[in-house]
Amino acid sequence: MPPSRPGATAAGLDLDAHDLMGEDRMNGLSIEGVSMRFDLPAGGHVQALQDVSLELADGELLSVLGPSGCGKTTLLNIVAGFLAPTDGRIVLHGNRVTGPSAERGMVFQQGALFEWMSVRANVEFGPRMKGMPAKERRDSADHLLDITGLGAFKEKAIYELSGGMQQRVALARCLANDPDVILMDEPLGALDALTREKMQGLVLKLWKETGKTIILITHSVEEALLLGERLLVMAPRPGRIHREYRLPFAEAGVNQDLRQVKKMPDFAIKREEILSMIWEMEEEIMGRTENA
Amino acid sequence: MTGIILLAIYVALFVGSMLAVGLAMRGREQHDFTALKTVTFGDESAVRPNRVASIISVVVIFLLWAAFTGSSLSPLHVPGPFLGETRFTYTAENPAGETDDAEVALVVHEQGAAAEAPEIAEGDGFALNDAAQIVAYRTELLRVTGNDGEGAQVVAVNGQPIEAGGTVAIEGGSVGLSPRGSLTVTPDRGLQMEPIWLPSPERVWDALTTIAVEGYQNVPLLEHLGFSLFRVLVGFLLGSLVGIPLGYAMGLSGWFRGWFDPIVEFMRPVPPLALIPLVIIWFGIWESGKIVLLFLAALWIMAISARSGVSGVSITKVHAAYSLGASKWQILRHVIIPNSLPEIFTGARVAMGVCWGTVVAAELVAAQKGAGMMIIAASKFQRTDIVIMGIILIGLIGFGIDILMRKAENWLVPWKGRG
Repeated sequence: MPPSRPGATAAGLDLDAHDLMGEDRMNGLSIEGVSMRFDLPAGGHVQALQDVSLELADGELLSVLGPSGCGKTTLLNIVAGFLAPTDGRIVLHGNRVTGPSAERGMVFQQGALFEWMSVRANVEFGPRMKGMPAKERRDSADHLLDITGLGAFKEKAIYELSGGMQQRVALARCLANDPDVILMDEPLGALDALTREKMQGLVLKLWKETGKTIILITHSVEEALLLGERLLVMAPRPGRIHREYRLPFAEAGVNQDLRQVKKMPDFAIKREEILSMIWEMEEEIMGRTENA
Repeated sequence: MTGIILLAIYVALFVGSMLAVGLAMRGREQHDFTALKTVTFGDESAVRPNRVASIISVVVIFLLWAAFTGSSLSPLHVPGPFLGETRFTYTAENPAGETDDAEVALVVHEQGAAAEAPEIAEGDGFALNDAAQIVAYRTELLRVTGNDGEGAQVVAVNGQPIEAGGTVAIEGGSVGLSPRGSLTVTPDRGLQMEPIWLPSPERVWDALTTIAVEGYQNVPLLEHLGFSLFRVLVGFLLGSLVGIPLGYAMGLSGWFRGWFDPIVEFMRPVPPLALIPLVIIWFGIWESGKIVLLFLAALWIMAISARSGVSGVSITKVHAAYSLGASKWQILRHVIIPNSLPEIFTGARVAMGVCWGTVVAAELVAAQKGAGMMIIAASKFQRTDIVIMGIILIGLIGFGIDILMRKAENWLVPWKGRG
């Protein structure tokens, strides 16, 4: 199946910054022909990403799914500015991305909280770095901690919280900085099923209430369907966009019981379709490795 | 011989108290979660130190020390040296072939105690009686035939014939005959240690109380110890002041890392003691030399711990801080430094231990004041009690430093190991 690129633009790779001044391009995040290729120490090279292009409007919720090695984390790191692509570029609101910045907040799987700070100090971190006055940032942190259900844990140490609560702190910390885009790298991957479901509800709620653009990477097909207004399936070797969906489930799931959403007739069909798609890709990889 | 007996008693006490405590504690085991574990052999977390054993262990050391030095702290003692009066008779033969018996009266007394040879009448016959005093643990050469007329020779002791080189047991010791005809009297030594090798606990305590009041070599005890501590603190602080930033630089910059790696990796395995001669040549034997030595002892340890503290910072936290808008300096201040503190504390504990050991060694070589100087000077005067007192104080201070560092660590980096 040829990779479909519904979000791709016709923009060339040699587009200059002043070409971006067109009004339609001032909005949202665009990933333009991003490729990532690096040499291996033992010789040879890896093509982690090949010509990935995508337009994301403000306030869109995109989930990215794919077998391991499809470059989805690499793509996220490029958008975050931690990696420079070998080709192509990332443009957010007309500005080219060259490094990490507060406008693109990140929520990691785990271990990204500062355990030498209290819960509140973690949430206050971003505003504090910007030099926001203590009173103001404390109020905003308290507000976010209340929203995320951590009102009773503001003074606790990070290591006193459960994994689920730690991820709530991570979400609150990211939101406290008021980023334009939130990048989530399997934020719920380490949680147990029940906690995970609660957190999925929380992510949807925060998405709707804050109107942030969110890119969420996940391993779980169900999570990708639930938390993806748009869903990107990526294929490996080289990492590329395989298929894109527009889905109604995220909208339907806001402030609703997610178990009801999963019972929607379309949900099971889509889940089966995507599962077998990924299954085939995995089979292909396994077959290739066996033949090698 | 004493050593083997000591070891045997120690092992017996170890096993015996283990069995005794086991019996006494039967039915009074704890019933917490760990007590319910069936797999304890190999589960380090299930091994809890038996504090009763710790107490008995310390008590046993003092009891053995007391028992083997005749101290009043222990009710039981191993046999001590023979003390008091004893007598034996010898048979002399003169050139005429006549034999005559004479008596020798001896008193064995402790070193330092005033004693006079017991009085004994001259007796009859040509062999006259003799008397002598002997210090415990010493042997005495007695020319008993000196007053027995020309050419008299000892042929028997206590009726048993004796030849040159032979010995005969007497009450409280033994008597040997030297090739030149003198009698060598060796009082029984028993199993106790001679005070010059191991003074009793109360002698050590006496040394401590005396020196605490009068000082040692005109310097108060606290000044001796204080000087050692002062050197350690200054050396350690200077070493940290240079070493920690150096370690950070090595953890954050490839050029720094490449430049200083060979130096640090070469200097790290060089024991600070090996630097003493060079430091003395360069900086002399006084304070500057010692502080330079301790600075060097702490420097590499602190640099390496700061470096590994930086490499221990998880990249996720750094990424998180960058995407929260932190600058490089803010990341250093708010992420890298706090994250490396646990490693730096571990390094500081090691460095303090090394510095404490190094300062004592350096003071052994040359110093006017200091714990090490005190014990080396005392050893030159064979004041073993002061030497042992000094060693105990040095150990206690080193132990105290480590406890303080651990307390500081718990207080300053409570998140250690919980990342």
